[in-house]
Amino acid sequence: MEQNKIEVIIVGAGPAGIAAGITLARANKKVLIVERGSFAGAKNMFGGAIYVEPTKEIFPNFLEDAPIERFNIEHRYVLLTKEQSTTISYKTQEYTKNSCSIIRAKFDSWCVEQAKKAGAYFAPNTVVKSLILDKGRVIGIKTDLEEYYSDIVIIADGVNSLLAKQLEMRKTIKPKNVALAVKEVYKLDKNIINERFNLNDNTGCVCEFIGYPMDKELGLGFLYTNKNSISIGLGIGLEDIKKQKLNVNDVLEELKKHPTIAPLIKDGELQEYSAHLIPEGGFKKIPKLYANGVMIAGDAAMLVNNLHWEGTNLAFKSGKLAAETAIEALNNNDFSENSLSLYQQKLENSYVIKDLKTYKDILNNIEPRSASFFGYYPKKIAEFFKIFTTVNAKPKKQEFRKYICSWFTDRSLRELICDIFTIIKSVMGVLK
Amino acid sequence: MNIDDKLNKLKYNCDTVSHLNPCAADCKECKSKICTIICPASVYEWDEENRKLIVNYENCLECGACKIICEKKSLKWDYPRNGKGVTFKLG
Repeated sequence: MEQNKIEVIIVGAGPAGIAAGITLARANKKVLIVERGSFAGAKNMFGGAIYVEPTKEIFPNFLEDAPIERFNIEHRYVLLTKEQSTTISYKTQEYTKNSCSIIRAKFDSWCVEQAKKAGAYFAPNTVVKSLILDKGRVIGIKTDLEEYYSDIVIIADGVNSLLAKQLEMRKTIKPKNVALAVKEVYKLDKNIINERFNLNDNTGCVCEFIGYPMDKELGLGFLYTNKNSISIGLGIGLEDIKKQKLNVNDVLEELKKHPTIAPLIKDGELQEYSAHLIPEGGFKKIPKLYANGVMIAGDAAMLVNNLHWEGTNLAFKSGKLAAETAIEALNNNDFSENSLSLYQQKLENSYVIKDLKTYKDILNNIEPRSASFFGYYPKKIAEFFKIFTTVNAKPKKQEFRKYICSWFTDRSLRELICDIFTIIKSVMGVLK
Repeated sequence: MNIDDKLNKLKYNCDTVSHLNPCAADCKECKSKICTIICPASVYEWDEENRKLIVNYENCLECGACKIICEKKSLKWDYPRNGKGVTFKLG
């Protein structure tokens, strides 16, 4: 048993696992990161951008050394109807401050190299079949080939976490607790990208697509600019996918045909198509995060803030806090549930759980009103601009009156009241 | 572009056994056959003649949606063995 023993084993080389690994290695703890893919990032997928400050917390030198694509200077919120679009754009020149697009596979490989340099061991091509338990305590992992033992196991095996389920720390995931996302990456010359989005070689643009063709569902489309490619995709709540019998690939095909979007990716050569689940349960679906000899971090712990499209940084932060807890536990030689409860405290004191708590009701509030917020209102906004920008022989006052009346006559009044109530409830929920 | 052309762009290292194992008896009773509709890689097809689910596991993107959405909650879903399955070169 002793020859296969190490202080900490981390399952999964995503952002949570790597952040945990490098934090432990920097504290001179013996740590092994196991990864089921053939390299770090091989099984990972995300929209496209990471935030600078939370990343610096783990990798202080990443702006100089890591493979970064573009620093985002513009965020476009694009409301779509079948043929029209209304765009709100926020642009800043403080471009190294907020977020940057990355290619997950390249970036994660760089991250794991940093962890290895700090002293962590890395084992790719290794699938953990189960956790080894002894008297109710996790003492190691069982892979296809071998058993490995450790004082602590950190589970960072992603959204489908089979290990958290084995321990029954996490309940069976329901369709309403996840969204299914698909993404395509299109190769395009960097000058073409620069021209299409008004960028230079280092700056980037993020687009959020709201409405058509996801006008009845809780879903959003996204676009990120990389150096020599564009990532475009969408995510839809699995509950809605089930109800509406949707195939997300078909929906993405529809989105790409939209007259506002098609020119952005025109002549691009498809490089990759991918799919992934996104935890959507928020604060209410965070599982039990620690037990004897074990902690859960990242997507495996359902730590995603969907409102701000934060997943990677919550994974970084939770991985780091799990590692800091492990360091104290190793120093005290106490791996009990009680000792590891420090992890929960640390998370609660950080922005991770504070933010998830802030938004805990918002998706539940909006979900029943999806057809309103993602279908009806994008249409009404487009309608307003159509009236405002069109000059015809009709007097404007008459047009505006007709438009305002339509808000009350298009649908039953109850719908409007429900929406206003939903907005008030959501805003109050965030601010209280 | 159809789904096969998209999947052709991906790097797969196929395992010899399927990591996706539906329960044949449950599939016969399943009304919605929802996995055949929603899978983003069109892994599942219903063979009406033989009344069984065809599983093109080698195309799987390993998202896990089928397991969660399965009407009978009986789809056995594992990761492909040691490094096998899909590799995202970009992600």
